[in-house]
Amino acid sequence: MTEFLQSSFLGAEFGWLVATLALILLIALPLMLAVAMIIYVDRKIWAAMALRRGPNVVGPFGLLQSFADGLKVFLQETIIPSSANKGLFLLAPIITFTVALLAWAVIPFGEDMVLANINIGLLYILAISSLGVYGVVIAGWASNSKYPFFSAMRAAAQMISYEVSIGFILISVVLFAGTFNLTEIVLSQEGHIFGMVNAYGMNPLLFPMAVVFLIASMAETARHPFDLTEAESELVAGYQTEYSSMSFALFWLGEYANILLMCALNVILFWGGWLPPLDVDWIPWFDIPGIIWLFGKMFFFFFIFSWVMATVPRYRYDQLMRLGWKIFLPLSLLWVVLVSGYVMIDKFGLPL
Amino acid sequence: MQIFAFYLFASVVLASGAMCIFSRNPVHSVLWLILAFFNAAGLMVLVGAEFIAALLVIVYVGAVAVLFLFVVMMLDIDFAELRAGFMKHLPLGLLLALVLVVEIIFGVGAWQSSGMGQATAAVGIPEGAPSNIEQLGALLYTKYVFLFEAAGMILLVAMVGAIVLTHRTRSGVRKQNVANQVARRPEDATRNTQPEVGKGVEL
Repeated sequence: MTEFLQSSFLGAEFGWLVATLALILLIALPLMLAVAMIIYVDRKIWAAMALRRGPNVVGPFGLLQSFADGLKVFLQETIIPSSANKGLFLLAPIITFTVALLAWAVIPFGEDMVLANINIGLLYILAISSLGVYGVVIAGWASNSKYPFFSAMRAAAQMISYEVSIGFILISVVLFAGTFNLTEIVLSQEGHIFGMVNAYGMNPLLFPMAVVFLIASMAETARHPFDLTEAESELVAGYQTEYSSMSFALFWLGEYANILLMCALNVILFWGGWLPPLDVDWIPWFDIPGIIWLFGKMFFFFFIFSWVMATVPRYRYDQLMRLGWKIFLPLSLLWVVLVSGYVMIDKFGLPL
Repeated sequence: MQIFAFYLFASVVLASGAMCIFSRNPVHSVLWLILAFFNAAGLMVLVGAEFIAALLVIVYVGAVAVLFLFVVMMLDIDFAELRAGFMKHLPLGLLLALVLVVEIIFGVGAWQSSGMGQATAAVGIPEGAPSNIEQLGALLYTKYVFLFEAAGMILLVAMVGAIVLTHRTRSGVRKQNVANQVARRPEDATRNTQPEVGKGVEL
């Protein structure tokens, strides 16, 4: 599309601009739709595990429930607490939402289906996800209220702790793939084990890291069982306590967009992205479009997220910190050493 | 397009740097500082150093500035006291600013007179060259490997030092032993009894 628009009457530079804007919309709008539907799915899964019906009134099977909620939120009054820091109070949800959308620029949906195919894709993701904490921290501080502030402090500590081990996990994947480019990481997983499996996660050396990454991604998105930032038994609604109307909705959308992003990252880094599970020809795997594989795998991981949310009790704060610093960090550090040793031996042979 | 982006980033860096100094609220200052970091990363991308840009965002914006913000938010700052100290420290501040300006002038002068500026500007980044990360890695782990390791050791020593300085063993604290808690079974913790009518249970 970029070439087509560049060669049309728009000219090279302006055509590029229009094409990029169109592609951004092509990602962002379906993403918003996906967020609305995934909230419905989340509530349905959660309800099914609690033997309830879940949303079933608005639209067929309650499919339009999220849109009804959106409309309700949209029509509500925006309340700004009188002692809040107004500018920052309104800025915080915008930051959360924008940052949640930013990272999707480098996510490859297929072999050539990526908005920005940059060399430092994974570093970009790390950088953007480290920005996510600002929305929460600013929201907590600007609300000028006790519980949001506690929640912001918790969120900052939690996200920084888990980002460290996520960084090490990403390094071990990068060592295997030899590149930071997400598209190439997926392509390097093709036929990984004896030319059979299209997933790093099935590699015995990387499987523990896949598990650790799944758990760390739950902690990073402040999702159950690590949702201490909005633990309703202790902090009312956490950093969102003072928010209402659209500013609340932006937090909500950003949170779920982040969860979808983490599902996509799990799939891309460890489970073969848009590739079918096995690299064999006698099953017509490859006739199914890659994007369906990607979305199917993402949905599977989202199901795991929901499943965990419905079944696992919340961690205590010291347990969360212990898991992050005393278990995940040494483990992932050890694994970086192991993986780099393996890659070294694989490439250059034993140093004898 | 690039010119536009350059002036956008550069002007925002300067403006947010200035706002960082001039804003009354320290939390606002930190936020302006973060904006300055972020736009500096944008400038790095423009000159083709995307790895440095990513590092700047990850390390400074993502970790260091969060800790700044964390600390500044928790501080209870008296603004009147802060402003009273302004005149007292003004001469020292001006001296520092002067030294910095002179250093920048010397630096830029040396850069231009040695012709380094023109040389690199004319070359640019060739098409299909190995990426930033590969080139940096190739240099760091071969030519500068000892310096690199020494830097790592210094950081490690600093980290251990910080922990040693702040660590104190408190007495009278009952710490939980997670392994013990996990290993605890219902048989160890509970006991079934059938007390007779009118009799209690010996605990």
